[in-house]
Amino acid sequence: MIYYDRVSKIYADNSVALEDVSFSVEPGEFISVVGHSGAGKTTLIKMLLAEEVPSSGSVFFESINVHEVPTRKMGEFRRKIGTVFQDFKLLPSKTAYENIAFAMEAAGRNEEEIRSDVPHVLELVDLGDKINNFPDELSGGEQQRVAIARAIVNQPDVIIADEPTGNLDPVNTFEIVQILKKINDLGTTIILTTHNKGVIDSLKKRVITMDRGRVIRDDREGKYIL
Amino acid sequence: MNWVTIKRIFRTGFLSFWRNGFVSFASVLMMTFTLFIIGLAIFTGVILDTTLQQFRDKADMNVYFTTDAPEDQILALQTQVNALPEVASTQYVSATDALANFREQHQNDQLTLQALDELGENPLGAVLNIKAKDINDYGAIANFLQGQEALQTTGTPQIIDKINYFDQQHQDAVNRLSQITTSAKWIGLVIILIFVLVTIAISFNTLRLTIYSSREEIAVMRLVGAGQGYIRAPFLVEGVMYGFIAGIITMLLFYPLTWWLGRSTSSFFGGISVFSYYVDHFALLFLIIVGSGVVLGLIASYLAVRRYLRV
Repeated sequence: MIYYDRVSKIYADNSVALEDVSFSVEPGEFISVVGHSGAGKTTLIKMLLAEEVPSSGSVFFESINVHEVPTRKMGEFRRKIGTVFQDFKLLPSKTAYENIAFAMEAAGRNEEEIRSDVPHVLELVDLGDKINNFPDELSGGEQQRVAIARAIVNQPDVIIADEPTGNLDPVNTFEIVQILKKINDLGTTIILTTHNKGVIDSLKKRVITMDRGRVIRDDREGKYIL
Repeated sequence: MNWVTIKRIFRTGFLSFWRNGFVSFASVLMMTFTLFIIGLAIFTGVILDTTLQQFRDKADMNVYFTTDAPEDQILALQTQVNALPEVASTQYVSATDALANFREQHQNDQLTLQALDELGENPLGAVLNIKAKDINDYGAIANFLQGQEALQTTGTPQIIDKINYFDQQHQDAVNRLSQITTSAKWIGLVIILIFVLVTIAISFNTLRLTIYSSREEIAVMRLVGAGQGYIRAPFLVEGVMYGFIAGIITMLLFYPLTWWLGRSTSSFFGGISVFSYYVDHFALLFLIIVGSGVVLGLIASYLAVRRYLRV
């Protein structure tokens, strides 16, 4: 489904972000990418969203070469992938409802679908009572749950979660991971980056370990080993 | 683009305008300032133009006829002059009227009046006052008159005694007036233009800063898969709203301002009342001011968003 083919990213000052990275992700998998800060986890994610262009190699999503998608079609392409970030990236001037509705509007869904799906998906992340709150009126955990709701509302094939628990306390971290697992159980592929040992060890799923831009381990049912 | 999308774009634009109240307020304020300067430029232009026109209207040309020139010939010449495209108006003062005017002007000068009475007959000839449409046309009219005179068949007495345009002094005065008014007009226009350009630049920058504060939002919108047009359009709606509201405020501000200015300055600026200009040309002014605001807001927003769409 997703295939990294000998991807390298070397910046102008010769610093190496990724070096000869190759691996593939099957539909329905839940993979975790671990590594110290600066190991290249985020760069790896940005490659898939076409936010970064590789110096060499290519990234395929289904049969599409991600970096050959024209700007015009980029929105359509990105809607196949739901994203969740450490800093939530919610639109501050929109309520929880509007943040999710925006993603649906961008996907060209009609008002009726929006009115029925948004409360439903907020219910799913247990935020049914905060539907009209603005992001700054929500706690970190709640904001992250809105972000997850936004990521799944268009039923993407893949959810990318880049350090989604980085800013959260253990209780919220546990909840977010449970939600991601639930989504995975429903058939969505999940790519999670983290450096939270507890999260990885409790998941018992595939783990890719990175160090200085290279993949150093790829374990079927991995643990956090660094 | 379908109806639902258009509705969403407008709703998003309006909501964003309302929720970012302070930013919107600041943008409208800057835009009002710009439009106010543009409005002032228009009024200044009008005042400058009419005032200079009044100066130019002070210039005229007098054709003095000989005392024995037959009136029908003079009137025939007047008809000819009137037919010239350069001529705005002519005024015929007959010899009798000229004498009456002279007497009136010198009514306290007994010596002159006595001398006039001594003469017994009217020493003054008829006069034709000519006003040209443009100050630079007097030369052409004077030459025409001279040419007409020269065409007279030999033997018939000349009827034109003197054309004051050919007096060096008169010619100098007219030319200088022409030069001064022309350069005053240009200097005025250049100053106005500089002011307008500077304020437009300021208001462009204000809108850029406004949208700069939304750059992260734009990045997020792109990440959740919104298309370029769908991200940009609400910002354009906001930009147009800034311009439109600022335009209305500017028009409202000019009402009391021109009323006050009109009363205190109309005598100073040669009769033109800016207030009556405002009232008479309201539709045109509205179109220019509000139109400039809308176009300015649209272009500035478009350019500002374009920067942040290149993620």
